[in-house]
Amino acid sequence: MSGAEKIAVTVTDVVPLNDLVTRFEFKRADNGLLPTFSGGAHTVVEMRDGDITRLNPYSLMSDPMDQSRYCISVRRDDEGRGGSVFMHTRVKVGDEMVISYPVNLFSLDLRAKKHLFLAGGIGITPFLAQTKQLERFNGNWELHYACRTESLGSYVDELTSHHPNETHIYYDDKKQMIDLVNLLEGQPLGTHVYVCGPKGMIDWVRKTATNEGWPREAVHYEEFLAPQPGKPFEVKLAVSNKVIQVGEHESLLEAIERAGVDAPYLCRGGACGQCETNVIDYAGNFIHRDHWLDDDEHAGGQKIMPCVSRFEGKTLVLDR
Amino acid sequence: MSKFTFPESIRSRPIYGTLEARVGPAHLLVADAHGAEAILDVATPQMMEKAHIIYIPKGEDYEDKLRALKPASFYSGPSYPAAEPRLRKALADAKMGLQVYLAGTEGLMGQAQNAAMAAGIPHTAIQTEHRGSIARRMQCVHCKGITEEVETDPFVCSHCGLNLFVRDHYSRRLAAYQGVRVDAEDPGNVPTPKGIYE
Repeated sequence: MSGAEKIAVTVTDVVPLNDLVTRFEFKRADNGLLPTFSGGAHTVVEMRDGDITRLNPYSLMSDPMDQSRYCISVRRDDEGRGGSVFMHTRVKVGDEMVISYPVNLFSLDLRAKKHLFLAGGIGITPFLAQTKQLERFNGNWELHYACRTESLGSYVDELTSHHPNETHIYYDDKKQMIDLVNLLEGQPLGTHVYVCGPKGMIDWVRKTATNEGWPREAVHYEEFLAPQPGKPFEVKLAVSNKVIQVGEHESLLEAIERAGVDAPYLCRGGACGQCETNVIDYAGNFIHRDHWLDDDEHAGGQKIMPCVSRFEGKTLVLDR
Repeated sequence: MSKFTFPESIRSRPIYGTLEARVGPAHLLVADAHGAEAILDVATPQMMEKAHIIYIPKGEDYEDKLRALKPASFYSGPSYPAAEPRLRKALADAKMGLQVYLAGTEGLMGQAQNAAMAAGIPHTAIQTEHRGSIARRMQCVHCKGITEEVETDPFVCSHCGLNLFVRDHYSRRLAAYQGVRVDAEDPGNVPTPKGIYE
């Protein structure tokens, strides 16, 4: 079976934080200890919704050393494919669920002299675990957190009361904005910047850091891409000798799995590279959406990341 | 002739490039001897307004030319150990975005890279360009002593006196290549020393 190893858990708490975000707490179904993890790790939550199985990654936000429970916070996305709405409306305390072992694609670089965290909205979650990790080692960090409004500012109270000197909050509706150029220019040598939030914010931070002369290796970002719906298409899987249909609201990876073919994956968000698949033949256009392949590979027609990318055209044959 | 093309070797061996001017709020340029030529090539008036040059002439006559670039700060010192406190202070006071340019001998670049890495700059973000002497900074794997300016292979360890073979195995942490006893199996059977690349 592909993906990280699985853990059977029980939902032990469901806490709505505001209109959009709800926190879920999981404990091991066998009452054993969960693995420790490193701040920035995510878990892939399996959601069984009738015939559909959704596998969505969520950042772990609890203390990485707390083996008694894991916590995630889920922002409801009414425009999405239904995973977050399922979590909000269907998951109740006492439910049995399956989650994956933690996987970290957004880890701290512990060589850094200082960690500068930039969060937008629900992008706060990995930093909640990372700051807890750093506090144990008396780490040097600073957080700048942009929220839409005060009422949607998840965990603002917790952060500002526990870490008043490290936390800086910005509310969009009060026209408060991170003064990024100044902030980056003033950082001591050896600072690493981490950004998690909407795509526009990530692009803004990466571009500004480049313009300010920051080394690429000191700029870290995490953007989970949810697979986007698209036109249905047909795919031939050459190795397993199957022809499958990819529906409008499912990803290519999900369609491959639905056909009973074991395909590798880890993040399911276009970032980790595990699901990279060779294209044997095609006639049509790829809709590449991943961060893994480079521009040449996207143009080359030799590879596709089935977790987030799609295809429009007559023929697609994959080496799977 | 201050440029030399090093033969291809194992992955451990550093590969040097050609300095290019990059954007940043400040620029730190460290060079020895003929490394000054690489600074003269890369310098722009805009860069020099925010530049700090640390230069070790080693008997070469480039100081006036470097001063004529009008860097914001210029230092010339007799040796790397003499210049190192200044380099470390410059790094300690620096902000993110500082661009580091190293040019000259392998020993100078390796040690300055080491200081910049310790200050928190990823080694891949530090530019280097080799110019001048092809001598190496070598560590004896037996006594751990460092011998500077090694030009022949084999050579005699300046600390323990063993005859050492010059390997391409390099340590960024030590800023030195590895020297291994050449006559361990057959003491006294030492090949005639020749130039490292001969």
